[in-house]
Amino acid sequence: MLFRKSMLLSILLMVALLFVSSFSAMAQNGEVEIFSWWTGGGEEEGLNALIELFNENYPNVEVINATVAGGAGSNAKAVLKTRMVGGNPPDSFQVHGGAELVNTYVETGLMEPITGLLEEWGVKDKFNQQILEMSSYEGEYYSVPVNVHRSNIMFYNKAVLEENNVEPPTDLASFKEALAKLDEAGVVPLSLGDTNKWPATQIFESLLVSTLGPDGYNGLWNGNTAADDPAVREALVHFNDIMQYVNEDHSALTWQDATQIMHEGEAGFNIMGDWAEGYMKTLGWTPGEEFGWMPVPESEGTFIVITDTFGLPKGAPNPENAKKWLKTIASVEGQDTFNPIKGSIPARLDADKSKYDPYLTSAMEDFAEDTLSPSIAHGSAAPEGFITALNDTINEFITTGDVDEAFENFQKNHEEYVQ
Amino acid sequence: MKRKHQESLTSIAILSPSIITLAIFVYGFISRSVQISMLDWDTFANFMRKAKDYVGLENYISLFTESRFQTDLWNTLYFTLFFIIGCLAIGILLSLILNNKPRGGYFFQNLYLFPMAISFVVTGTVWRWIFAPGRLPNNPRGINLLFEQLGLQNLQWGWFTSTNSFLGFNVALIAVIIAAIWQYSGYTMAMWLAGLRGIDQQLIEAARIDGASKWQIFTKILFPIQKPITLSAIIVLAHVSLKAFALIYAMTGSGPNNVTDIPAVYMFEATFRSNRYSTGSAIAIVLLMMVGLLIIPYLVNSFKEE
Amino acid sequence: MDDKMTTQEKITRYAVLIVFAIFFLIPMYVLISTSLKSFSEVSINTMWQLPSSISIEGFKEAFAKLAPNVLNSFYLVIPATLFSAILGSLNGYVLSHWKFKGSDTLFALILFGMFIPYQSILFPLVQFMQTIGLYGSIPGLILVHVVYGLPITTLMFRNYYQDVPDALTEAAKVDGANIFSIYRHIFFPISIPSFVVVFIWQFTNIWNEFLFAVTLTDTQSQPITVALTNLAGSQVVEWNVQMSGAIITALPTLLVYIIFGRYFIKGMLAGSVKG
Repeated sequence: MLFRKSMLLSILLMVALLFVSSFSAMAQNGEVEIFSWWTGGGEEEGLNALIELFNENYPNVEVINATVAGGAGSNAKAVLKTRMVGGNPPDSFQVHGGAELVNTYVETGLMEPITGLLEEWGVKDKFNQQILEMSSYEGEYYSVPVNVHRSNIMFYNKAVLEENNVEPPTDLASFKEALAKLDEAGVVPLSLGDTNKWPATQIFESLLVSTLGPDGYNGLWNGNTAADDPAVREALVHFNDIMQYVNEDHSALTWQDATQIMHEGEAGFNIMGDWAEGYMKTLGWTPGEEFGWMPVPESEGTFIVITDTFGLPKGAPNPENAKKWLKTIASVEGQDTFNPIKGSIPARLDADKSKYDPYLTSAMEDFAEDTLSPSIAHGSAAPEGFITALNDTINEFITTGDVDEAFENFQKNHEEYVQ
Repeated sequence: MKRKHQESLTSIAILSPSIITLAIFVYGFISRSVQISMLDWDTFANFMRKAKDYVGLENYISLFTESRFQTDLWNTLYFTLFFIIGCLAIGILLSLILNNKPRGGYFFQNLYLFPMAISFVVTGTVWRWIFAPGRLPNNPRGINLLFEQLGLQNLQWGWFTSTNSFLGFNVALIAVIIAAIWQYSGYTMAMWLAGLRGIDQQLIEAARIDGASKWQIFTKILFPIQKPITLSAIIVLAHVSLKAFALIYAMTGSGPNNVTDIPAVYMFEATFRSNRYSTGSAIAIVLLMMVGLLIIPYLVNSFKEE
Repeated sequence: MDDKMTTQEKITRYAVLIVFAIFFLIPMYVLISTSLKSFSEVSINTMWQLPSSISIEGFKEAFAKLAPNVLNSFYLVIPATLFSAILGSLNGYVLSHWKFKGSDTLFALILFGMFIPYQSILFPLVQFMQTIGLYGSIPGLILVHVVYGLPITTLMFRNYYQDVPDALTEAAKVDGANIFSIYRHIFFPISIPSFVVVFIWQFTNIWNEFLFAVTLTDTQSQPITVALTNLAGSQVVEWNVQMSGAIITALPTLLVYIIFGRYFIKGMLAGSVKG
């Protein structure tokens, strides 16, 4: 009797042990597929460093680095959409915070909320709260912002300005005067490369902030500001004035070509997101020495945000590992590993400033104090239909200069895609 | 009778993979595109929930009333027109010269034909670099730079960045038209050469003895005889021009104020970049109808002759 | 031979030929000379000058970036060409020598598929490929090219086989042969010239194709035409790398054209490729 019982017991114990060990073996193995378009330069390096950090914490999880190159993410977004629609999501994917995430994937019910996770890890309060809000929907947060770029920033070639007795402008009026002065001197006042259309839209959105102010601008997306607000028209007028001072071949150039023109001393000003800062460093410049920066005139106090975030799709093949990934990128080590390499700033407010160059440090200070606004051109403010419609409107406007037509089109686009 | 019946069945059986796949991939998909073009799937949300409200021809109407699409249609008209005329003129001229078998003719013939072997993407990439204007007058690039080095400054202009237009013809298209003619005039030349070789030389001799000039021989004999070939070439070229997506995509994009935009580019952006699936499908169907206008009469005609 | 041409006419003729030769060669000159320049020498200002010394830095980097895509294109083109040629041959054979009631209409319906702009089927195609699980894969792209290649290959073979007299088939039938054995013993052996033309045509078209390639693949499966445009759009524009990449993209089809071109032209002249 006893013998049989103990036999039974030991068998049960063995089975239990096997079961438990196989369970933990399952938890130890596995993979996680991370989908992004970080395929070149600092982005790729930064991502690889992040993956290394992840593997230090989770050595048994294999990271499948799924990237899609081309079109500054537009190819990747197309591939991602097809996968999500087809019920084949990656474990986590790069997506711009705000409308790009919320309109496309959250409202259609394809993402899991992660508010609970952020609270569990004790990181929720470490982030800039405005930026978390951007990726929220009906009270829940849906993604972890990894990095932050700024859209309403203007760079200038110090030598070119000095040679022509031009001071960094304090407002739009003095900016236009500066542009006129450079034009007379035979230098390209403002270099622009809009063969891909969005760089022009990006300038326009900064001017919208200049005329509407951050709350007015944000109001366009939350229903508090009407699309026929006269300040919108004002922004179009300013945009038209400024466009008289860009290089004639702007439609044949990429943004890199335009920044390069300034680098070569042929242009004074260049309005471009602060990834241009990283690009200028690769061209050999040092922030603060050969080039200076300032917010687009009259948009000080607003930080137009472009942020890459990662969320948790419903039906992710390896949800537990996906959460590990999210935890890594939400940590201060994760953010301080990735951002210095990529040339952006963390979304957390407790980063180690010593790791960042003078421009990025000043950006971090602004980020902590300014009102945040979502970028239109990069998908955070409004759905993709609006972005492409606005790109077309601005593209036509640059040539026609017809303010009333552009104003009407803006309202039409707003009505169709935002309201 | 029975044998014929069996033969028919076997024939159909052999053809069946093609019949079935083409039924789906051509006719099935076209029907689906028509269907989507009449729905309201211009946002990702509507598409995801397969919103079933039909809006009839609304998408088509808004297309035809918007400036971008109207510009696209003008661009298509002028691009196709000048592309065909250019390919015909150059192709026919070269074929006439080469038909007389000048020395080195074989070399020239192959030289003119080789661009056909290259992708529109490669062509677009190279010609983009050649036609990028630079900043005139002090910083020309590409062919403008060459003009400067040759002392031909007055030939410099904005090429595909120019926003000028005459009677709806956006002159920026000139750059694209040149690239396309470069690629396909050899085809027209080859077609004409093939036809010329089949013409009875005695006919030409007789005309010459009668005192006909070269021009008269061309207009009264050669051109009429080559009409079917010319027509065939026109159809193929028109067809190619409607498909010039890769060339524009690689070379200029839509351009300032859509001066080099074509419906194919707009369709791609609408469908794969803006989530405007119904608009994209409507553009696609309009493209199909434009092609149909050309092709169906041609097909009916050539089948009648058979 | 035209002896009656005056010297002036001869000079004019050659002048025209040479002017056009220059026109046709300009892009090739730009392509080749830029691709052979070193990184330090490549710049917008020296675009038209010959390289001071030949450097293959551009090629090395372009090849490093594009090698997997070159492979993808080969994996795509060779099976797709083979299958569409074989099916086209069978189709053309049946439609020219084994006609039945309605076979001409059927042929017209098949042929229509060659003329449609692919935009009109593109979006449903993408969705369909996703549904059957072939989106983003080379086999999927092969399927697409085979199907959409059927009209033109069928047309080419049908034109070719139409020149074979019916008497041949009739005689074979009297001898007791059936549809398959007639193909195997009579038609297939004489099809080589037509197969060559079809191979060249399909190889070139599928290798150079861009629209399906850019909408139906992801990074792993991208053919070279897509990779080239991505190269052109990437961070820093190094022209020698881009031009080298363009040459790498153009090289296989150019070689096919150079080596087999005469057969193609012969075939074209013989009427295989009619409108």
